[in-house]
Amino acid sequence: MERSGKPDKTATTTAPNHCGSLDVAENDSGACLRVKGDWILAHYANLQQNISATPKSRVEQLDFTNLGTVDTAGATLLAQAIGADTLLSLTASATGLSSEYAELLKTVATAMSGQEQEAPRPPSWLDGIAQFGALVHTGWQNFLLLAGFMGLVLTTLFGVVLHPRRWRITALVTQIHHTGLNAVAIVALLTFLVGAVVAFLGATVLANFGASIYTVNLVAYSFLREFGVLLTAILLAGRTASAFTAQLGSMKVNEEIDALRTLGLNPVEILVVPRILALLITLPLLTFIAMISGIVGGAVVGLFSLDISLARYLAIVQEIPVRHFFVGMAKAPIFAFMIALIGCLEGFKVQGSAQSVGEHTTSSVVQSIFIVIVLDAVAALFCMEMGW
Amino acid sequence: MTASTANKRAAPAIEVRKLCNRFGTNLVHQDLDLDVYPGEILGVVGGSGTGKSVLLRSIIGLIKPAAGDIKLLGESILTLGAQGSALEKRIGVLFQNGALFSSLTVTENIALPLIEHGGLKRKDAEYLAGVKLALAGLPAHAGNLFPAELSGGMVKRAALARALALDPAILFLDEPTAGLDPIGAAAFDNLLLTLRDAFGLTVFLVTHDLDTLYTSCDRVAVLSQKKVLVADSLEVVAATEDDWIQDYFHGPRGRAAATAAAQAKG
Repeated sequence: MERSGKPDKTATTTAPNHCGSLDVAENDSGACLRVKGDWILAHYANLQQNISATPKSRVEQLDFTNLGTVDTAGATLLAQAIGADTLLSLTASATGLSSEYAELLKTVATAMSGQEQEAPRPPSWLDGIAQFGALVHTGWQNFLLLAGFMGLVLTTLFGVVLHPRRWRITALVTQIHHTGLNAVAIVALLTFLVGAVVAFLGATVLANFGASIYTVNLVAYSFLREFGVLLTAILLAGRTASAFTAQLGSMKVNEEIDALRTLGLNPVEILVVPRILALLITLPLLTFIAMISGIVGGAVVGLFSLDISLARYLAIVQEIPVRHFFVGMAKAPIFAFMIALIGCLEGFKVQGSAQSVGEHTTSSVVQSIFIVIVLDAVAALFCMEMGW
Repeated sequence: MTASTANKRAAPAIEVRKLCNRFGTNLVHQDLDLDVYPGEILGVVGGSGTGKSVLLRSIIGLIKPAAGDIKLLGESILTLGAQGSALEKRIGVLFQNGALFSSLTVTENIALPLIEHGGLKRKDAEYLAGVKLALAGLPAHAGNLFPAELSGGMVKRAALARALALDPAILFLDEPTAGLDPIGAAAFDNLLLTLRDAFGLTVFLVTHDLDTLYTSCDRVAVLSQKKVLVADSLEVVAATEDDWIQDYFHGPRGRAAATAAAQAKG
């Protein structure tokens, strides 16, 4: 085909000329639709108006004598106005149409004639109920998935523990380094500050009763039983669960996890077990650091603003029964397991896109903090009933 | 194939002069000259590492060349400031892996440039996107899918639909048929020809696919030794005295593609 008369596309975006329009002329061979002006994307809204202003009638002929330029947007509107099939059948006999534009109109009309765009369903009040139902259903499915994954990880874990040759010491040490050692400073600083805050709070309230000295008990009890482990777990839920999800999620996007499977390797054993073990080891250690650091925070406040000497402070702390320490420490491995489990599971749930990695990272942090607090509340209730 | 000779009189749509590209000490292009004429499909071939993709990325302005000049539709892209985006609306690019935005559905991907540059309402833009989708040969239901849910061939077609969204004058394709099965690749070649004929597109096509060269390219440019060794019709290029070209066009795959193309014509 000849291409020397190629339409100048400059008009498409730069020069807004005269907007296209339609009018109907009656002659002896029936209604002739005259298509005039520029039918281009820049005039889209005006073209729509012009089309709706044109009276609807049966079209027998098309006249393109005064046509300016056309692009696919304009061709689409024209096809929409008179029907794609009508356009297709009338283009061949149309007057004043260059061969390039005829080709363009034909291509667009052909593409459109096979395609029916379904109208969007109007929203109904039932949608809300359906969404709620879907939400409950997904929640239940997620719970089942978590329980199933927990079982899978536990069986793999015991399988690995019994076979020292399958221990992955290097991976474990790397994970301990990232999740444990690198978190020591932030955990210590945070709990030191919270310890000091609790001491101030206690001093303010207890001073009314002349019982400022019980500030020491308040700080020590709260950090041994609750705050040490809770703050550490929440911090690691934000810091480590998100890291696990992002790491495993991008591996999933990159098909690395599928590659592991095809190589006959078990992704749970290689990727999940070292992470779970690492957190099982580091979270109790970090919890211990958190307890010490919180109590030190209380001691500093006691020393400088309550006139409680360090020796006296330590003497009171020493009187506290050791079971409170064990109640706190016993929760650490449970929290660690749940945090690592949720972090890894969300990583495996990632599907194929950057958006999905982000969504699941958020979800893993929210879920793990939620589960840590719920478990802590249940444990507090349980310990109270048991008189521990 | 006669179209290209007739068009040589017209001003080139893409004009590359004395282009130099280097990464560190590695010189990729040296004094590279290339013309692409309006309405033709130019296939760019070359061995791995000869800088085909670098050339494409320099022409569309993603890489700033070390030296030389590049003109698109008569305007130099290197001296272009604020008008740059006006020029960007007149080129469409199909990246090798589609580069569809993964957080948007296919329809939203295509509607995005229409809304941002065309100033259309979302409803209109999505209707138009549906038409572009059909032009690219995708079924209507594909519009509601996310890129991650598409097959390789559908990703290419969806990316082509997005590249065509603003009715560009020049279309850049980076290995459009790589990773497609032969039937899908042949369908893509035909689609390209149809669209070129309908819209008068100028196409800059980087490819390794010999069948694409034989079926859809008007001219072929061979990148070798840091420049365009030869850019002419397939017969002339295939007859050029050069070891790489001879290996490429007269190796087993080249012969097979030539035979297939001859059969299709005869």
